[in-house]
Amino acid sequence: MSVLLAANNLTKSFGSLVAVNGISLSVKRGEVLGFLGPNGAGKTTTMKMLTGFLAPTSGDAAVCDKAVTTGNVDAKRHIGYLPEGAPLYGDMTPREFLTFVAETHEISKAEIPEIVESASNAVNLAKVMNQRIETLSKGFKRRVGLAAAIIHAPDVLILDEPTDGLDPNQKHEVRSLIETMSADRAIIISTHILEEVDALCSRVVVINEGKIVADDTPSGLRGRSRYKNAVTMVSPKSAAGEIILALKPIPGVASIEQVIEGDVIRITALARNGAQIADDVGGVIASNNWEIHQYSIEGGRLDDVFRSLTEANRTGDTA
Amino acid sequence: MSKTLSIFRREFASYFATPLAYVFLTIFLIMQGLFTFYIGQFYGREQADLSSFFAYHPWLYLFLMPSIAMRLWSEERKSGTFELLLTLPIPVGAIVVGKYLAAVAFAGLALLLTIPIWITVNWLGSPDNGVIITAYLGSYLMAAAYIAIGAALSAATKNQVIAFVLTVSVCFLFLVSGLPLVTGLIQDWAPEAITLAVANLSFLVHFDNMQKGVIVLSDVFYFLIVIGFWLWINRVLIEQKREQG
Repeated sequence: MSVLLAANNLTKSFGSLVAVNGISLSVKRGEVLGFLGPNGAGKTTTMKMLTGFLAPTSGDAAVCDKAVTTGNVDAKRHIGYLPEGAPLYGDMTPREFLTFVAETHEISKAEIPEIVESASNAVNLAKVMNQRIETLSKGFKRRVGLAAAIIHAPDVLILDEPTDGLDPNQKHEVRSLIETMSADRAIIISTHILEEVDALCSRVVVINEGKIVADDTPSGLRGRSRYKNAVTMVSPKSAAGEIILALKPIPGVASIEQVIEGDVIRITALARNGAQIADDVGGVIASNNWEIHQYSIEGGRLDDVFRSLTEANRTGDTA
Repeated sequence: MSKTLSIFRREFASYFATPLAYVFLTIFLIMQGLFTFYIGQFYGREQADLSSFFAYHPWLYLFLMPSIAMRLWSEERKSGTFELLLTLPIPVGAIVVGKYLAAVAFAGLALLLTIPIWITVNWLGSPDNGVIITAYLGSYLMAAAYIAIGAALSAATKNQVIAFVLTVSVCFLFLVSGLPLVTGLIQDWAPEAITLAVANLSFLVHFDNMQKGVIVLSDVFYFLIVIGFWLWINRVLIEQKREQG
């Protein structure tokens, strides 16, 4: 029962274009699932099917054991949804808008003012509650959208690019908000911002061309990177050549990358198949007494994994 | 039901959120006055009735009612709130009806504001108020039918201007199908039953009876059926337009 959202083989075609091709996933209470993928991978289309806006061409989805269809109001009651770009009625004030949304969720009239108040406090809207939405900044608009999504304390929260277009401070706010809400619900957020996955998600699903290409934890995903257990250091330009020559013969070192940063060079020794090379590399450096800064061991790079997962098909095509 | 009411309230209030409502009501009343007094010769006829007032309603509504209805859905689709609305736990039918009733209520308000002319004619003479009430009812039903067409066609496009033009065109067809202009075209070759059927589709034919103070159930039913039919089209279009967002 702790599985709050389940999708089974969801497929959506628009004419001859298959936007989503057989996506199955389930999200449990307390889980924050990051939905990753390049633009056009089918993230938004999948979310539209999960919220009952679009009818899948085949496959089905259920929320709290209720089938999600375009007409099933029972399932929609359990879903809080922030559509892409957070569309809102510009001619209303946040108070009017949230009251309207609360009414549609059959919250009793007596409770509405209190619930609107608490939802708006949760996203720090108090200052602008009586200002027309169209006059608000992007950050405030997004918060109004979020408040509307959480107003009925839904079991499942589906947020399509909730931080898109926000400044770093606003992103941080939205993230901490999602974090506080995650304890007792199932949350799906779509994003193409990789740092967000680290900051928020307990699980990551990567989709590409309408299919799931990875379903893992953020650190598990990172572990697939060729940078897993790589060792990075910064050295003066003069010493770099010597260092690279000395590191290459170490067993377990697959290759060495270098980036010039002004007077210094950033050297990265990549491990072969994620082998532990840190001790050996450290030993070589210590024995030569080189001047090294910012010595670190990497857990892997998400952007690297993301690229290899989502570009694999394209390189496959050309090969 | 309460959800239909929520939709209704939001939609009705949105007319007044912009100058649209005031501009519309002003133009509506000015046009009514122009048609009634100048073109209809309200005073010149020296008759205590409102037939010069009602006679032009079909033509006045041809442009005014589509302008009330054009934004109902096209604006939602353009701004993306269409998606928000259709993912709230409200049956689509309730949304369609709630929005439609808001537009009809707004038209009702406009019609209500013409009551001074009714008072005037009672002050100047002693008209048959039964006829006037029936004519008001007919006029309102006709307005509601125009709006039903407009609401449906506004769901067909994201562009309000296109919605407006489409609606005026379709309403025009419904309006003129009873005029000799159209019946003359088909009566030469079509069987009489078809000619009659086409003529009977006309708003004019059915409004005419009511304007003269005759309530025939079939006229009332006619408008109700037209309204029901277009609300159904409205719903079908919405289900279809989901796909395009």
